[in-house]
Amino acid sequence: MFEFNALITTLLLPFQFVFMQQAFIVVFILSLPMAILSCYIVLKGWSLMGDAIAHAVLPGVVLAYMLAIPLSIGAFAAGLCCALTTGFIKENSRLREDTIMGIVFSAMFAIGIILFHKAETELHLTHLLLGDILGISLASMIETSLIGLFVLAVMVIRGRDLLLLIFDPQQAQITGISIKFWHYAFQVLLALTIVAALQAVGMILSIALLIAPGACALLVTKRFATMLKISVAVAMSSSVLGVYASFYIDSAPAATIVLFMSFIFILLFIYKTNQQRILLHQRKTAKFSLVDNKVSL
Amino acid sequence: MNNTEQKSCPLAPIGIAVNNISVIYKNAHKAISDISFDIPCGSITALVGINGSGKSTLFKAIMGFVPCYQGQVEIMGFPVKKALKLNHVAYVPQNEDVDWNFPVLVEDVVMMGRYGHMNMLRIASQTDKDAVDQALTRVSMQDYKQRQIGELSGGQRKRVFLARALAQASNVILLDEPFTGVDVTTEEQIIRLLKELAQEGKVILVSTHNLGSVPEFCDNVILINKTLLAYGKTSDVFTTDNLQKAFGGVLRRFVLSAESLHADADAREVTVITDDERPVVLYGEKGLEQLASGSGLKPPSNTPIKVRKES
Ligand SMILES: Nc1ncnc2c1ncn2[C@@H]1O[C@H](COP(=O)(O)OP(=O)(O)OP(=O)(O)O)[C@@H](O)[C@H]1O
Ligand SMILES: [Mg+2]
Repeated sequence: MFEFNALITTLLLPFQFVFMQQAFIVVFILSLPMAILSCYIVLKGWSLMGDAIAHAVLPGVVLAYMLAIPLSIGAFAAGLCCALTTGFIKENSRLREDTIMGIVFSAMFAIGIILFHKAETELHLTHLLLGDILGISLASMIETSLIGLFVLAVMVIRGRDLLLLIFDPQQAQITGISIKFWHYAFQVLLALTIVAALQAVGMILSIALLIAPGACALLVTKRFATMLKISVAVAMSSSVLGVYASFYIDSAPAATIVLFMSFIFILLFIYKTNQQRILLHQRKTAKFSLVDNKVSL
Repeated sequence: MNNTEQKSCPLAPIGIAVNNISVIYKNAHKAISDISFDIPCGSITALVGINGSGKSTLFKAIMGFVPCYQGQVEIMGFPVKKALKLNHVAYVPQNEDVDWNFPVLVEDVVMMGRYGHMNMLRIASQTDKDAVDQALTRVSMQDYKQRQIGELSGGQRKRVFLARALAQASNVILLDEPFTGVDVTTEEQIIRLLKELAQEGKVILVSTHNLGSVPEFCDNVILINKTLLAYGKTSDVFTTDNLQKAFGGVLRRFVLSAESLHADADAREVTVITDDERPVVLYGEKGLEQLASGSGLKPPSNTPIKVRKES
């Protein structure tokens, strides 16, 4: 009995520290909008766009620090600048979007690194890159939650329009949905979400949270509604598990979350390929028996 | 909200009013120029022309997908943007360039046609679901409702997009070559469907290369080749001269003159003109030919004519 109690106490230990409680709350709040947005990003084929925006926020953060304005505003402006520059160059050249993005975001990232070393800041580069969820302030928590809620609300209310636009832009236009508006709105939502995730998971890993859940879901379903649900389930479970496990194995929480997601992805992939093989095998044997019947007749 | 008065359109007898439009593509290619016509409600109009004559461009210009550098388009008496907002236009594209691996089922795609009838949240009502079922039944695709769209054949895909346009229940229906890649049964089914829709008061504009079926179901014909060649009642426009003008040397044309048909001195001859699939058959004396269906000769409907003889 005593041992059982001790086990329970050990298992509940992470929930007794304020910094762990905060970490759980933040990843829980973040994972919902990120999981939903992730489905759209995967379908739109904008993984690299997400990655580009995430890297491009660095100079914005450093500049905002130097100008003493909120870091998230600087980050948002820089992220959006990257997206708009990409769009502008695409409109006026024959290069492919991914090529342009590669150039734009690496240039901005480089500027960010140089600025970072020139300016004497108290910022930690590793925190910017990889997040600092355990040291999150109350103000940042509120900011993250508000942005997350806003993105979530937009996706819930207008998500179907965005889906139609991604699937069939012409039909969307026929329905009176503005392509231009949504093109920018999607980029703004993406930049906002990355900014919200910056403190918790950092620039490098935020993109994993924006791709992995949707990718996991798309592996196993043919319906968008189901895809959303699976994506949310994957994001929430790996976020909470990741933070929880990081406490015991003393690892970086964000990296542990991503590890869980990758693990789920591999599991789902194996499950799916196996299922297909079984189905195919059944079909083939069924067909042979049909032929056999014919022969015996 | 806007679906109550969609049954017929007594207020605007002119469905599509195209006034002197020209389209220049980004690469400075002038695709169409100075095209004008008015299409009345409750009619089917065929859009006929060779490859590259600007049929698809005209469709896109009507819907505002490509900017017209000159001229205006009005749909149901409204400027294009307004008309689209009011859900007046349904469109079946020539090539559905969508991602066929997209996680949507056939019924989801058809439901997208109902968005214009839904509120901001786009939550489907029972009416919407019924409309989807009905549309799928009308194109005989109800058994494929739960299929993912990539798991269909080319012709079936085409029918799904047709069903989406039907479910949309718009006054104006634009179809860009709906018959390419579908079998004869489906083609006849679509034709029957279009006739029904025209009777309900819809405006239908359909481009096609099946010249033979045009007189069968189209009230009006627009002949274009970069610019308007002829527009009017099918019987007036579908003449050897006009078709020759529209197609130049592209058409295959066979004339079975009197001598090869019979021995007596009858000057009438059979002209078979074919662009691709179904040929047009004209019959009569030179310059006085009529569409064969009007002169008692049944147009060869399904079987491609095999005539090797040329006059
Ligand atoms: N996006 C584009 N940019 C530049 N030129 C174009 C574009 N689309 C079409 N064109 C050109 O405009 C002309 C008209 O093309 P359109 O697609 O309207 O022809 P069409 O009548 O629909 O032909 P088809 O019978 O093959 O469908 C063609 O010469 C084509 O090369
Ligand atoms: Mg075309």
